[in-house]
Amino acid sequence: MATTLTEHAPHADAHHHELSFVRKYIFSEDHKIIGIQFLFMSLFFLLVGGLLAAIMRWQLAYPTDAANPLPGGGLFPETMVNNGIILPEFYNSAVTMHGTIMIFFAIMPLLVGVFANYLIPLQIGAPDMAFPKLNMASFWTAFPAGLIMLAGFFVEGGHSSAGWTQYAPLSADPEWTGVYAGQRLWLISMIILGFASLMGAVNYITTVINMRAPGMTWFRIPLPTWALFITAILILLAIPVLTGALIMLLFDQTIGTTFFASATGGEPLLWQHMFWFFGHPEVYILILPGMGFVSEIIAAGSRKPIFGYAAMVLAIIAIAFIGWLVWGHHMFQSGMNPMLGMSFMVTTMIIAVPSAIKVFNWLGTMWRGDLHFHTPMLHAVAFVAMFVIGGLSGVFVASTPVDIFLHDTYFVVAHIHYVLFGGSLFAIFGAITFWYPKMFGRMMNSTLGKIHFWLTLIFFNLVFFPMHNLGIAGMMRRIYDFTQYEYLAPFQGLQLFISWSAFVLIGAQFIFAFNFLYSLFRGEKAPQNPWHANSLEWTAAPSPPPHGNFAHTPTVYRGPYEYSHPDTPGDYWPQNEPGPAAPAPEPVYAE
Amino acid sequence: MTTHAAALDRGGMDATEVGMGVYNMKLGMWVFLLSEVMFFTSLIGSYIILRSAHPDMFAQPGEVLAVNLTAFNTFLLICSSVTMVLAFAAIERGDQAKLKAWLIATALIGMSFLGVQVYEYIQLSSHGFVPSVEGYSAAGAPLYGSTFYTMTGFHGFHVFVGVLALWYLVIQAFRGKYTVANHGAVEITGLYWHFVDLVWIILFTIVYLI
Repeated sequence: MATTLTEHAPHADAHHHELSFVRKYIFSEDHKIIGIQFLFMSLFFLLVGGLLAAIMRWQLAYPTDAANPLPGGGLFPETMVNNGIILPEFYNSAVTMHGTIMIFFAIMPLLVGVFANYLIPLQIGAPDMAFPKLNMASFWTAFPAGLIMLAGFFVEGGHSSAGWTQYAPLSADPEWTGVYAGQRLWLISMIILGFASLMGAVNYITTVINMRAPGMTWFRIPLPTWALFITAILILLAIPVLTGALIMLLFDQTIGTTFFASATGGEPLLWQHMFWFFGHPEVYILILPGMGFVSEIIAAGSRKPIFGYAAMVLAIIAIAFIGWLVWGHHMFQSGMNPMLGMSFMVTTMIIAVPSAIKVFNWLGTMWRGDLHFHTPMLHAVAFVAMFVIGGLSGVFVASTPVDIFLHDTYFVVAHIHYVLFGGSLFAIFGAITFWYPKMFGRMMNSTLGKIHFWLTLIFFNLVFFPMHNLGIAGMMRRIYDFTQYEYLAPFQGLQLFISWSAFVLIGAQFIFAFNFLYSLFRGEKAPQNPWHANSLEWTAAPSPPPHGNFAHTPTVYRGPYEYSHPDTPGDYWPQNEPGPAAPAPEPVYAE
Repeated sequence: MTTHAAALDRGGMDATEVGMGVYNMKLGMWVFLLSEVMFFTSLIGSYIILRSAHPDMFAQPGEVLAVNLTAFNTFLLICSSVTMVLAFAAIERGDQAKLKAWLIATALIGMSFLGVQVYEYIQLSSHGFVPSVEGYSAAGAPLYGSTFYTMTGFHGFHVFVGVLALWYLVIQAFRGKYTVANHGAVEITGLYWHFVDLVWIILFTIVYLI
């Protein structure tokens, strides 16, 4: 069977022919351009998701308060915002779409669409992905999915308001929410986005298995690529389950099937099981790549080998594997057998073990390191700290007896934001600031980067930490007007505090946006290896790398984290350096 | 910058030996089929759960569905897997004429399968077995129609995609694109086709026979 087939011949060297603008930047097959396309798309959706959060926070700060109308509320039609008051239907829709857009159109493409595309071929020493055309198709499938999702805001009845989890029968029967077209657009968009993710996952997995440069053995692969590879496997196996469930839900709404409608024999709980069977691996899809980026940044920022490289890899694999066995912990309140609930509780708590291994290894890497707190490093260290808080609150909600009390409260909102914002988004900011010089050939402004970091870190905690208290006090998530409940009315002041902190937090992101755009044109020219890192994207390719990445296929001699090694004169040892490395002539962008 | 240093520590690896020893398209197809397994598992798993939760809402085997007709259809699809293997074996030997003949045979049998399925759908729906609450009048409950049409319909769609791919192969075969050294497309279409066949055997068993 091993007869040679021309398809598998690796294109060994860079293509130098000139491409037209459209082929180079729009319908590009270059993994780096596709990654950057995903970057611009998902940063735009991050902004949309943030503005939706601002609308929710305004309502919670001034619940149906005509004296404090929503600024710019006149821009919305009267079916959404009437006389400056956010209507409950629109609030539900904002809750739903904030979750949907942030998870599926911002964080997930930022982690996977951007960095799996950009980093995998560069870090394994490949000229491009295994299937460049499929890669292009992946972006040009995700993009229309995003447009369809946005279109939902402009149709009659507004956008889907069944929550990002789309629990049936609320989502299955349009009569319940009054949303017809928006709900269907939501489903269609998500089905299409699933195809985009699938194409990406097939590509990433094939590329990592088959396209590694000579000497790039499994245990010399940099941790971001390891994490993205495992994430791609999760996407490959989890997304089709969601697609199946979404198709059934769409059929329930359009052609009158009865999968999830209990009146005619369907099972609403079946939706919850299918959603969370996808949804819990999805949680790890949203954190594992971030863990990979942070490992890379912390090792480079501490000038020390990553503590326990093999343990880090095995912990990623363990988290991904156990992640399939825990979905029931989202459903403790669904009336499941307590024995079953307890087994889900135990599997969930077991995940704390590989997660803790990773946290201790990050601390072990930094311990007595030569620490350089440049902007990416600050974000990476913040990731570790915030992830610990989010992980610990996760242990609370994973305990069945505690969850009976905390289920569906703001405690859960606090938990998810500590892992998804405090975790994933800090890792994303770290990764963008770390790989920006490689992507665009210019450095981001370090002062603006640090101002953005500190404002984000401080106000993130001011927004989300008090939400733990609100949750324990019994405030339910997704609630439109908490003042209806006498016991929640005293929290008006805290709500106001959270909301204004949130507005500062969102405002601080414009510093990042400015820095990002300004540095594209005015940033200092980046050297090939500004952080003095070891992996191939820094040591074998210029900034930005040309089409085809490497002038010659690099050969790999060692692992990616040989910092401050006694056998080499410099404090880093490039993966592709055959002998002891000479000290780098380039400037160090340490701080 | 360091391609000269082949003798140094490379862990005994060569550029062509780093991967699985399988060309990209074939590996990609295997990976894709893994996700297809999960997709059909979600549909079939839902069917199993719904049916065991509400056994009274599903008719007994043979009561609504025509087992004999579908058994014949199953036989057709299995035959098409055989012809697909013969097409692949032909191009492995470099036999262009046999490649074309067996590819055309596979595509035609695939189309026959779809034809029988369409005929079955028309007959069933004219007897009130439809995938919706409205208009449902066959034995069991609308849940039966919902699950039946979703599962068999998505399988039929996969056969349809396979038939399109087969006709594409036929066109390329007539252009002489496939050789002993280069016929990856025939092999991976074959993998897909066998997978679709396998799914049908499972569907036939759990939907029609049990």
